[in-house]
Amino acid sequence: MAEIRLEAIKKNYGRTEVIHGIDAEISDGEFIVIVGPSGCGKSTLLRMVAGLETITSGDIHIGDRIVNDLEPRERDIAMVFQNYALYPHMSVFDNMAYGLKIAKVPKAEIDSRVQEAARMLELEPYLDRKPRQLSGGQRQRVAMGRAIVRKPAVFLFDEPLSNLDAKLRVQMRLEIKALQRKLGVTAMYVTHDQVEAMTLADRMIVMNAGVAEQVGAPLDVYANPASLFVAGFIGSPPMNVLSHEIRPGREKLDPGAVIGIRPEHIDLVAPGAGLIDFDVAFCEPLGAETLVHGVTAAGDKLVVRIDGAVTLPADGVPMGLAIDPAHILAFDASGRRSEV
Amino acid sequence: MEKRVVFNNRWLPYLLVAPQLLVTFVFFFWPAGQAIYQSAFIPDPFGLKTQFVGLGNFEYLFGNRYYLESFSTTAIFSVLVTVSSMSFALWLAVLADRVIKGSSAYRTLLIWPYAVAPAIAGVLWLFMFNPFTGIIAWMLFQVGYVWNHNLDGGQAMALVVAASAWKQISYNFLFFLAGLQAIPKSVIEAAAIDGASFWRRFWTIIFPLLSPTTFFLLVVNVIYAFFDTFGVIHTITQGGPQQSTTILVYKVFADGFVGQDLGSSAAQSVVLLVLVGILTVVQFRFIERRVHY
Repeated sequence: MAEIRLEAIKKNYGRTEVIHGIDAEISDGEFIVIVGPSGCGKSTLLRMVAGLETITSGDIHIGDRIVNDLEPRERDIAMVFQNYALYPHMSVFDNMAYGLKIAKVPKAEIDSRVQEAARMLELEPYLDRKPRQLSGGQRQRVAMGRAIVRKPAVFLFDEPLSNLDAKLRVQMRLEIKALQRKLGVTAMYVTHDQVEAMTLADRMIVMNAGVAEQVGAPLDVYANPASLFVAGFIGSPPMNVLSHEIRPGREKLDPGAVIGIRPEHIDLVAPGAGLIDFDVAFCEPLGAETLVHGVTAAGDKLVVRIDGAVTLPADGVPMGLAIDPAHILAFDASGRRSEV
Repeated sequence: MEKRVVFNNRWLPYLLVAPQLLVTFVFFFWPAGQAIYQSAFIPDPFGLKTQFVGLGNFEYLFGNRYYLESFSTTAIFSVLVTVSSMSFALWLAVLADRVIKGSSAYRTLLIWPYAVAPAIAGVLWLFMFNPFTGIIAWMLFQVGYVWNHNLDGGQAMALVVAASAWKQISYNFLFFLAGLQAIPKSVIEAAAIDGASFWRRFWTIIFPLLSPTTFFLLVVNVIYAFFDTFGVIHTITQGGPQQSTTILVYKVFADGFVGQDLGSSAAQSVVLLVLVGILTVVQFRFIERRVHY
């Protein structure tokens, strides 16, 4: 059990700075998700916490220790890798027991801890098998088991679900969350999938190009994105971005400034009855909901999310858009939120 | 599903494998057949006529003290060559795998000895260890150690082992390095997080995962030590002193082409052939089981 504190973490590869100073505090037992597009430095950040990458400057605290110069094994952490990184020549049992054997845990205790983890993860029938004889989901569980048996202070997950198929991903996502709740361990989880981030996180760190754009609870980040990047990255389909002012009684937008509206905050009404008019280009019916794509009168592309039960508007039909101005967010030319 | 190649012309497949078959026949089956045939005869001292003796050559060989000694010499020699060249190559490969700056330069340099012919390698080592003019022999003398591999059988053995092993290190190094680089980095990182020190990781993760490479190299190195080291021995010691470096393949040459006893030489070739066959089978049957693919 431990809290983690990151203070002004920077990372350079040669002269290129890839992480530009990250600050974050993760409290004991919290599930924090680092989310961002590929190449944003999120895995590097996690690997620095794990001790697999050196830190160029800044401090990492785990519990009450500064761990900057400690070896991975001295940091009291466990990590689950994207490709599981199981030891291919060892049985499932030996894979899970490896760390305990090194720590010279008595044999009887190793046995009981591995059995307990296997029971929790439903791996009991497979303890004698080699990793290659397991399915992707089972391998994933073994990797989790290997982390659990060591009872570390911190769990680190590096995109653990991205090698699984979509259905299994959803199932394992729930299992990971349940397990973390049950064990009460602090967890750091890296993913590029914003749905995973939203569902798993107590709080999330949205990263972009080596910078933490926003740190906050998923729904806060969703409702109140700090920047245009976060607004576009969190939420699917992303927030609509308009370069023309539509709010009544307002001046034109400053050059480069934009306004944003979530697709679900817009309703389709009869032409002329809404805030602005809009030509339907095409519809994507998804069953529970339908995404209506189109172009506003001012020329901005826009997506509207409507109930799937509503009759689809035909392509090319003009419609009105009813929007509550309170849901419209403004961003300045640099992409940061502005109050106007 | 197995992919099968279908040829329209009936003779084309035979034509395509013919060169390989021809080479195998001319350089392997024919000489091997000749050796088996000749091993049953004794030629007269002038080579004018031969006499059929059945298994007489073999009977004589296995009653011959020098021949039996040559077996143990071969065993010592090949174990030393294989173990030293493989372990040294593995050590170099582990180091080269960790180097990031200038790694390709190291690798290229480490591969060079492989391009040296065995006889040349022998002469290079001979220059360094010549009892009268060799620089290392001189250095050893300065620290009070007399080096003369022309007189001391142990020193002679050490020298041919060193020269033979040195030449093979490059080859082993290449395969070990490729093997090391094929091990997923994350597996080793996982072991590091699990608390394993570098040596622990090496012996419990890296070495077992390298075992297919190690096994392959074991087979290749034993065969190398048995046959390809002829040039090294011929240039450095000619099998001496007192036959202390006469390995089986050198004895085949010495008895056949120096001693002109072609029948015995042929019989020795047959023994060697059978021995290597048995060794290879043993390696595959018993050692391969311990290999994790």
